[in-house]
Amino acid sequence: MILRRARDLALLLPASLLVAIGFASVFANNTGELSNLSLFYGAGFLGLCILAHLIATIALPDADPYLLPLVAVLACFGLVELYRIDESLAREQGTWFIIGIAAFSATIYALRKDYRTLRDYRNLIALLGIILLLAPRIPGIGQATNGAYLSVVIGPIAFQPTEIAKLCLVIYLASYLADNRQLLVQEAKGPFGILPPLKYLLPLLAVWGATMVMLFLIQDIGSAIMYFGVGLAMIYLATDKLLYPVVGLSMFAVGARVLYEWRPTIQRRVAAWDHPLDPTTYHATGGSYQLAQSLFSQADGGILGQGLGGSLLQLAPPGPDGSLNLILPAAQNDFIYALIVNETGLIGAVGLLLVYLLIVWRGFKVALVAHDSFSKLLAAGLSTVFALQVFVIVGGVTKVIPLTGVTLPFVSSGGSSIVANFILLALLLLVSDRARRDTREDQERARGGAWR
Amino acid sequence: MNRGVRRIFVLVIVLFLVLMGGTARWTVFESDKLDKNDLNGRLALKTERVPRGTIRAADGTLLAKSVKQKDGTYVRHYTAAAKQASQLLGYAYTLAGLSGMEKVHNDDLTGKVKSAATLLSAIRGSNTKGDDVISTLEPKVQQAAITGLNGRVGAAVAIDTKTGGILAMASNPGFDPNDEATRAGRKKIAAISGSPSINRATAGQYPPGSTMKVVTTAAALASGKYTPDSTVSGTSPLVVQTKPLSNFHGEQFPANITLTDALTNSVNTAFARVAEDLGANPIADMMKNFGFNKALPVDAYGLASGVRDSKSHDLLPIKDDTVDIARVAIGQERLAVTPLQMAFVAATIARGGDKPRLSTVQRVVDPDGRTLSDLGNGHSAGRAVSQRVASQLTAMMEQVVKEGTGTAAALSGLRVAGKTGSAEVGGDLVDPWFIGFAPAEAPRVAVAVMMEKLPNATGGVDAAPIAKAMMEAAL
Repeated sequence: MILRRARDLALLLPASLLVAIGFASVFANNTGELSNLSLFYGAGFLGLCILAHLIATIALPDADPYLLPLVAVLACFGLVELYRIDESLAREQGTWFIIGIAAFSATIYALRKDYRTLRDYRNLIALLGIILLLAPRIPGIGQATNGAYLSVVIGPIAFQPTEIAKLCLVIYLASYLADNRQLLVQEAKGPFGILPPLKYLLPLLAVWGATMVMLFLIQDIGSAIMYFGVGLAMIYLATDKLLYPVVGLSMFAVGARVLYEWRPTIQRRVAAWDHPLDPTTYHATGGSYQLAQSLFSQADGGILGQGLGGSLLQLAPPGPDGSLNLILPAAQNDFIYALIVNETGLIGAVGLLLVYLLIVWRGFKVALVAHDSFSKLLAAGLSTVFALQVFVIVGGVTKVIPLTGVTLPFVSSGGSSIVANFILLALLLLVSDRARRDTREDQERARGGAWR
Repeated sequence: MNRGVRRIFVLVIVLFLVLMGGTARWTVFESDKLDKNDLNGRLALKTERVPRGTIRAADGTLLAKSVKQKDGTYVRHYTAAAKQASQLLGYAYTLAGLSGMEKVHNDDLTGKVKSAATLLSAIRGSNTKGDDVISTLEPKVQQAAITGLNGRVGAAVAIDTKTGGILAMASNPGFDPNDEATRAGRKKIAAISGSPSINRATAGQYPPGSTMKVVTTAAALASGKYTPDSTVSGTSPLVVQTKPLSNFHGEQFPANITLTDALTNSVNTAFARVAEDLGANPIADMMKNFGFNKALPVDAYGLASGVRDSKSHDLLPIKDDTVDIARVAIGQERLAVTPLQMAFVAATIARGGDKPRLSTVQRVVDPDGRTLSDLGNGHSAGRAVSQRVASQLTAMMEQVVKEGTGTAAALSGLRVAGKTGSAEVGGDLVDPWFIGFAPAEAPRVAVAVMMEKLPNATGGVDAAPIAKAMMEAAL
């Protein structure tokens, strides 16, 4: 047992090394010397990671031991880059991590008996999700960025409700599909002979409809891809029928096409995506300036990068009010990936993506070993939505898909993202702990039986 | 359900590979292109921390220098002489990026700040200094061009036929490069009508009109079927591809004039007949010999000259079936040329048929005064026509200035060779042209002048005097 604890802590080594080296090089690049202050940040942050790790290993001893250390690597990487942009961002991120870890612990505590009680509250959770999604359109608190309605501002706190809403969607779908999957796999002949009866298509239609309404209301292509993608993946998992995603994707294509004709905001975003270096779209309001700058900084990074702290980020020294005159806009959230590529090059970017892939792999592994369909769907859904979020923002920044301002999980600055993703992590660990404990107990019982 | 989970994981792997590919696209495959993009302020921003070298004219006149600001960065300042060659010289500002000579010779002007190590030291503020660039530009000749254009939209180029150096390259309207430093200034430039930032000399696309007959004549002489004394018919009109083709203002010429007479008086129908007689191939080949259909050998951004599709503006092969070669021969059809191309034709004939390698920079000098490279030293870019054809053409073009359409370009006491062009571009609007060189027996300067859409203009009346003034200033 002690040996395992030691191993678990050793898993945090990569993250620690990253923090140490990262802070050192950012500092060396910026002022040429190291200060106690920067080391204090690094140490404090590492302390938080160890704390989260201890909470998880004590509360959920059977849970996957790799997930949290992998997240710590991301978080430390993000912290180094945020510190590189501005010291105060790193401090803020540290504060949000404390809140995130509190949310993480609270989730584990609240669901410590059995997370499957979430199934019973699915309608409430769905309602919460819808309210959260529509909140940015509520006058007074909603706010539009680049024509997309993504955040809510209440007092001093800006909040991206999509982050929490994605959890609501996954929990709802996992619960609904676990209960109704039998209906969906029945060999009933519906319209056109090949499709199942209309009423069985309802969940698909509901997800599709919700996505389209979202696309129409919040005008956000990336989130739509994220939500619809996870919806299709979960329906496919529940039914094991490729027909659903195929039909779903065609419906999405048709719907997106119609909306494209209808909404000029979406047309502008697609145009900016298509020709980011065209001077007309580049100079247009809400045009491709940001994307073009993102591509320029990635090109500047090349294969090996300019070194941590080595990228050219500011046009001029900070103003008297501390305002940053950034050449790469939103470097601390939407475009942090471009900054990472600028500083660590293609090598660093591939490394970062591999860490994400490892997390997703561990997440799917949880789904594989889980025993009941709700747990499987929940774990797979959470992993998928996590992967899609990375795809949406990195794809946007690298011009693979039209750009959407979602955060890079655990790396971007942004409170709601950290809190939501910590809850996501807590849920995955809960499922993992239960599944592995059940397996272990089964094995022990089997062994015990043999002895008797 | 587990099979589905595995499949979705495979899909996620594929998606992430796409992301890695996307990143590789910008960091590796298109990295250079993005680094050099006009919209990319990084290059200028980085170089703003390094004092750029000065740019001077051939006679030593200062054109551009970097001035240190209070905050330790440097800002570019352009002199009055620079404003007369704004497009050729370009600018280097954080806001506007780089253009013109500032962009083409950026590596020289910044002292080749290329490796990451020197770059970092440059950003931290340690001083590296750029090299000075001595341009081939002669302010006198440039001034003559600007004065001659007199505010009219157009372009004028003068080439040193010995070295291939660009003595003058004027493009009207121009702008004050200092304005590119600020947003307000950039708005001011954007408000100037006639796209001042386009270098019309290298990127303007115009029908060359009768100046093209020089190329047609070269093809005729090189074919061996014609001599300067061969007789051709100048009667008008002539029906070509079902449409009548007439002489300028419908003028009639005898049915037995010499080829020299035809060039001297710029007889369209005579050259259309020559072209139909020769066929498309010799003319297309001669155009290629003179550098059409590809970028000219010059250290400046520009467009190729040739026959362009009227919709896509792509260059067409001149031998294309749809190209009406008789009209190409007299500079019509969809022929679109740059003034620099036509100056290049004149300079090539002046050099006895040898094409010059053009250059806007004479020398690059490092901060310690050492000359690093000597560029404008008369390298050849290959032969276009034989010495014999070139001297026949020279004699014929002298005739144009002596007693033909180009008399306004004559210089007292000097032999001048030239050719006028008056490309009709709709209604009574004409793009007047003049190309030529002097002294004809031992050429030193070649010129091309053109203006856009002047009512009832002709090359002989409107463009030739400007060419004369430029050649006078150069000699």
